[in-house]
Amino acid sequence: MTVFLFYVFAGIAIGASIGVVIARSPVGSLLFMVTALAAIAGTFVLMEAHFLAAVQIIVYAGAIMVLFLFVIMLLNLGHEAQRDLKGGAFAVVSAGLAGAMAGLLALQLRGSEVVAGSGAGAEAIAAANAEYGVVGAIARPLYTTYVVPFEITGILLLVAIVGAVALAKRGEQS
Amino acid sequence: MEPISGIWAYVAMSLKATGIFTVVILVVAYTTLAERRVSAWIQDRRGPNRVGPFGLLQPIADGIKNILKEETLPATASRFFFVLAPILVLVPSMVTFAVIPIAAPLPTPAGVVDMVIADLPIGILYVLAFSSLAVYGVVLGGWASNNKYAFLGGMRASAQMVSYEVALGLSLITVLMMAGNVTLTEIVWQQQQLGMWFAFPLSLAFILFVISAFAETNRLPFDMAEAESELVTGYHTEYSAMKFSAFMISEFGHMVTSSALMATLFLGGWDLPGTWDDAHWYQGQLIAGFAADGSVILANPAWWKTLLTFAGFAAKTGFFLVVYIWVRWTLPRFRYDQVMSLGWKVMLPTALAYVMLIAGTILVLDEIGVPWGFGYGLALTAVSGMATFAFMFALDRGRTITGAAAQRGQRVEVKTTPTATARAGS
Repeated sequence: MTVFLFYVFAGIAIGASIGVVIARSPVGSLLFMVTALAAIAGTFVLMEAHFLAAVQIIVYAGAIMVLFLFVIMLLNLGHEAQRDLKGGAFAVVSAGLAGAMAGLLALQLRGSEVVAGSGAGAEAIAAANAEYGVVGAIARPLYTTYVVPFEITGILLLVAIVGAVALAKRGEQS
Repeated sequence: MEPISGIWAYVAMSLKATGIFTVVILVVAYTTLAERRVSAWIQDRRGPNRVGPFGLLQPIADGIKNILKEETLPATASRFFFVLAPILVLVPSMVTFAVIPIAAPLPTPAGVVDMVIADLPIGILYVLAFSSLAVYGVVLGGWASNNKYAFLGGMRASAQMVSYEVALGLSLITVLMMAGNVTLTEIVWQQQQLGMWFAFPLSLAFILFVISAFAETNRLPFDMAEAESELVTGYHTEYSAMKFSAFMISEFGHMVTSSALMATLFLGGWDLPGTWDDAHWYQGQLIAGFAADGSVILANPAWWKTLLTFAGFAAKTGFFLVVYIWVRWTLPRFRYDQVMSLGWKVMLPTALAYVMLIAGTILVLDEIGVPWGFGYGLALTAVSGMATFAFMFALDRGRTITGAAAQRGQRVEVKTTPTATARAGS
């Protein structure tokens, strides 16, 4: 059952990702992107990573992509009458690059099998979930073993926010 | 008592899913009627009272009308997205109820049934995830209509919902710190253990959550996406018949879900005062609490306990629904820039500071070894009470709560015409 659902979600994710690239309007691309993110959240659930799945939906699908949509609408792109996306040589080059990437991945993953929901890793996750709850299983290593990288990431985000505010303020003054 | 298992677990699951969904849809239908009746009452009118006794069949008449009406499709609309939008907005508002526990566990001959459709390990995060997806329907509806008013409504909705989600999430963090878990059953259980509903020890979080929930459901005074005095009806201007109805159902569905959520997070969910109804799964046993020596006290579920606690849950949810309607017909609408500055300049910093305050208090209480119970709750209530008072005092600036009489000295002189001044002077 888990393996079957994995193929369903993986199929949706791949199909939607192709849709992101070939959709005619930016809004269509964006909705395909949201679908792909949701399907990946589904595969996270199959791997017992419930918290990651929820955060994937809340942060990526629910916040970041809404901002994308906001920007697309603010620039008034994407009505069916016009084509806003680039084509021609650009499309050929990107298709080639994507094909090369897919080929390399296939070469690397050849011979491996789907182990979602089974194996040693899954057992460790299930044990951690049972002991600390699905949020605690992430929080505990994050705030003990990996606390320094975690804090550095926090500082990085803070720098990005300060930079965004500074840019907005500079535009205001001139 | 054993939890229900085997074939009967599936039977119970399907019964719960269909039953709770049906009840939610019925409550949504009758909330639309309640809104019209209460608004009529507040404005000294009669409201719809022709269809059936006291107008009780009005929602059915409305439903039939909307099904029979012609579906319109604006000539310049993006057809696919125009049809997709009402679906995208309807589904999240209906599925979020699945994780909310509605009553004490029910004993049956086959085992004990939890009165929640799916007690997911991510609990409240599931609700947040789906309610954050609801914005797509609103924004797409506004965009696909290819209408300036609808478009402005959709734009406002996206900015507003993203802004208030932050304050909503931060006010939730205090609840999660208290409960120590994200599942809603655990949150109800910890309120039973504390002997106090979280509305008291986390009073400021409660206020912030209610304000954010009003903004998230696009209800007055935050209905910037509709704002009929400015935008006709905003994002659903171009919609008619069942598509329009889908937007309405989802709005009321969000109201019902967020009312139930407020009741669960801050008013103890299905918990009623006293310890007679406490029940929680702990290591495969349904327990009512812990004795002084750490051993468990087994719970004694009964059908009348389930019935009574469900009535309590329904009353709490109904209370918040009435508050929603009451506020709608009492307060005027904010200006759009006021909504944004309230969200980012007031709610967000307050919620952040409050998270720090509660985290600090919990740390101190745990360090000095106060046991989790009524005294713990009282200490937090005192700290939160002071924070709430400071917040209200700062927001009020001596206007509403303090009252006009107390601040005569600081009243601003109104510029008047010479005649009026002369008249006042004589």
